[in-house]
Amino acid sequence: MNAKARKPTAGDFASDQEIRWCPGCGDFSILAQMKKVLPEIGVAPENLVFVSGIGCSSRFPYYLNTYGVHGIHGRAPAIATGLKTVRPDLQVWVVTGDGDALSIGGNHLMHAMRRNVDIKILLFNNRIYGLTKGQYSPTSLPGHVTRSTPYGSVDAPLHPLSIALGSEATFVARSVDTHTKHLGAVLRRAAAHRGAALVEIYQNCNVYNDGAFEYAKDVKLRSDTLVELEHGQPIVFGAKRDKGIRLNGLAPEVVPLGNGTDASDLLVHDETAAEPTLATVLARMRHPALPEAIGVLRAVERPTFDALVNEQVEAARAREGKGELADLLRAGDTWTVG
Amino acid sequence: MSDNALQAATKPIEELDSVVVRFAGDSGDGMQLAGTQLTNTSALAGNDVATFPDFPAEIRAPKGTLAGVSGFQVHFASRDIYTPGDLVDVLVAMNPAALSENLRFLQPHGTLIVDEDAFDARGLKLARVESNPLEDGSLDEYQVIRVPLTSLTREAVEGAGVGRKLATRCRNFFAMGLIYWLYGRDLEPTLRWVRHRFRDRPEVRDADVEALRTGWNFGETTEALARSYRVPPAALEPGEYRNITGNQALACGLIAAAELSGKQLFYGSYPITPASDILHELARHKRFGVRTFQAEDEIAAVTSAIGAAYGGAMAVTASSGPGIALKTEAMGLAVMFELPLLVLSVQRGGPSTGLPTKPEQSDLLQVMFGRSGEAPLPVLAASGPTDCFDVVLEAWRIATRLMTPVVVLSDAFVANGAEPWRLPDVAGLEPIEVSHPGASGGQPALPPSLPRASGGKAGGAASSAGTGFRPYARDEWLARPWALPGTPGLMHRIGSLEKQDGTGNVSYDPDNHEHMVKLRAQKVANAVNLIPDLEVTGPESGKLLVLSWGGTLGVCREAVERVRAAGGGAHGNGTGGAHGNGTGGAHGNGTGAVAHAHLRHLNPLPANTGAVLARYERVLVPELNLGQLALLLRARYLVDVVSLGKVRGRPFWVKDVTGVIEEMLA
Repeated sequence: MNAKARKPTAGDFASDQEIRWCPGCGDFSILAQMKKVLPEIGVAPENLVFVSGIGCSSRFPYYLNTYGVHGIHGRAPAIATGLKTVRPDLQVWVVTGDGDALSIGGNHLMHAMRRNVDIKILLFNNRIYGLTKGQYSPTSLPGHVTRSTPYGSVDAPLHPLSIALGSEATFVARSVDTHTKHLGAVLRRAAAHRGAALVEIYQNCNVYNDGAFEYAKDVKLRSDTLVELEHGQPIVFGAKRDKGIRLNGLAPEVVPLGNGTDASDLLVHDETAAEPTLATVLARMRHPALPEAIGVLRAVERPTFDALVNEQVEAARAREGKGELADLLRAGDTWTVG
Repeated sequence: MSDNALQAATKPIEELDSVVVRFAGDSGDGMQLAGTQLTNTSALAGNDVATFPDFPAEIRAPKGTLAGVSGFQVHFASRDIYTPGDLVDVLVAMNPAALSENLRFLQPHGTLIVDEDAFDARGLKLARVESNPLEDGSLDEYQVIRVPLTSLTREAVEGAGVGRKLATRCRNFFAMGLIYWLYGRDLEPTLRWVRHRFRDRPEVRDADVEALRTGWNFGETTEALARSYRVPPAALEPGEYRNITGNQALACGLIAAAELSGKQLFYGSYPITPASDILHELARHKRFGVRTFQAEDEIAAVTSAIGAAYGGAMAVTASSGPGIALKTEAMGLAVMFELPLLVLSVQRGGPSTGLPTKPEQSDLLQVMFGRSGEAPLPVLAASGPTDCFDVVLEAWRIATRLMTPVVVLSDAFVANGAEPWRLPDVAGLEPIEVSHPGASGGQPALPPSLPRASGGKAGGAASSAGTGFRPYARDEWLARPWALPGTPGLMHRIGSLEKQDGTGNVSYDPDNHEHMVKLRAQKVANAVNLIPDLEVTGPESGKLLVLSWGGTLGVCREAVERVRAAGGGAHGNGTGGAHGNGTGGAHGNGTGAVAHAHLRHLNPLPANTGAVLARYERVLVPELNLGQLALLLRARYLVDVVSLGKVRGRPFWVKDVTGVIEEMLA
């Protein structure tokens, strides 16, 4: 392959490995979008690393012809943090799921985001444990009947984007596995972001939790059940673009447009707002009471962890000079014998 | 005022060849500082020194209580010493609690210096002492020096302008001054330290200086002390020396190993006693390119290091027993990834939170076997503070040569203890060759022929035309190539699932799995070709071999030498330590019949280990656990070793070991 001679294509990013997800899995669609996006982001394949934990989503790195690390359950953000700290020249992606990221790996996810490590985290949310064959997950809805909850789940679910916003992630977005155009756009935005990016992707597990996000996937339904956020624009949705989101106090509500209500009454989306307050309001809009927000909820600039660590090293060298081993060993009082 | 004039002692002076002093007081009394200063001063005076800081886990337990007692034991001598001493010649007790916790360490007829001001009703009650030991005759067998230390210190520092509370806190300097007088130690190094430490707080500086001098003068004038002592310099090997603790030496070793291998050092760690000082030390040395990462937990500490190793850094993580337990799964991942990684385990008393500040060697089996699946890795142990430097260099050499995680064991005694370190010639340190495919430099030289795992079909990294890069190809050591992200054409995936040999593809094939399990084991076993044979001191065969590992080296060496000396055997250098710090005296049985060997490599064991063990009628293995190395040796060599295990939160005393040796020789 001579990557320099021609423009790379999606095919160039496919590895030679047989893909072992169940036929019909939402992961295929996400992988296809990723392969489509990678040639467009201007990073050479050898400078890309995909890091994952354990679960169906975590097989993702095997299927891309980039560098990849398939780790252990929940630890991908920590592996990625170490890698990015010593190799800021690489673009590092983390691929994880709702169990991997929010249950066993919750601690690492939270800290990677608050440190603003420059990694892009794709959280495939299917509200179920797939690889272990169908137990409820931290995002499963109350009452969900699974093999480990035959009487229905009594756990309250986590909202991944609330965790991300509460953990000070600098880029927070949501998309849907089969909403390919939207997903591609969100992936491109994540790739371009400098800092910790978390993208929640609604992903259908057609074996253990089929239809969990049908309201968001069905092209006929989704114009009424989703709002596609656009920075600087009033939040309008509906097949006929005839509804919007307005704030009533701190609570969002749906209002029909017309009859004296127009776009100027609506909440205007500002992904760059310094405080994540409005992003949190949008992130927590839940079907069926409200349409759910997809797109980029938050995109702000903050120095990245890896850059700060390396700047400290450079600053110390500029100030004190590069360390000399002999001086280090001779630190403090010394004396000579003989 | 001239310090020389001050130090011109007028009482008679007696020469000693070794002295053991223990400072004991409240956690807030500055006993660690007093011990450290006496150590450094003695080292600068040319003595050999060995220390044992003995402190509680609580930062400030209620003042004056037994729980808050902190001690620091210093052994300084005019000869080579290997241990901080068993019983002490001089005990400084700053309060009744310190006395009752430490009197058991004072040898019969030893010197006891107490702050009599602290032995009031309140002090006695806090220490739960019924009657005042200074008055009830219970201390009659000791030479008790009663010093109104608190009141004298307060009077002495009045002019410095510090408040009463700060004035009281200068008591440790008074006590130091008194000890310095007793052994003719130079005040200047400590004065220098005080001037620098408190350069921005002149009142504290002046108060400490006054307290130190007043303590000295008290020794000179009090009638309770008839003479002072001198310990001449030891005949140490020529060279430049500094005093260093085990954790400092580990940190220096890590930086040196990174420099010698041309690597950036990444240190992922979570605070834990007694390993945190390594993090503190490394964090100061950013100009050496050190990246320290205080992770959110032990698991992130090790997995971040694994990520850094994949990126090509010299990756290190460290902890103590409970933290190593948390790293267990990730250590297995590093075995599967076949990436170089150092895991440092500074052992402490366990299980669970256990005795966080006290030494134990009870995590040997944890690091040997505490992983799922067949997951062997090389294990080395530091034998003392200065050895920490060398052991880290060796561990990194093995890790990079074999592409494997390596465990380095230390313990609270080795980590916090200090001894003089003859500085290595930096230019003479052997470089550590590391190469990466696709980068300039090529492959490292191949070793002599080595045993290989059966059924291996691995070729070179660039072999089998058409299949591209083979991330799990093998070299002669069975190591796989360390290909770094960013290298064009070598894109590959590593993972926790079983690998097909050569390609590194996921494989559930039973033949391949068995092959890979054996191959990884053989690779670690091959480290035997990278380590020296076990060396014996003393008779090459005979009645008894004492086999030590890790931090018990000094005690075992001293014990064997004493028994041999007492038996009139081979080595005549024997002394039980001055001031009667000696053994109970071995009788003339089996002169020279006892030999000593020390294991620095626990996995693999040196090639000749079995042969060495077989040459002796009995083998004694002293260790600070209930027989973990003994278990390994019995299993591996079918040798009926005798285990001497103690878990008392302190190192062995020499007499613990000499006693058993004598019994076994009888």
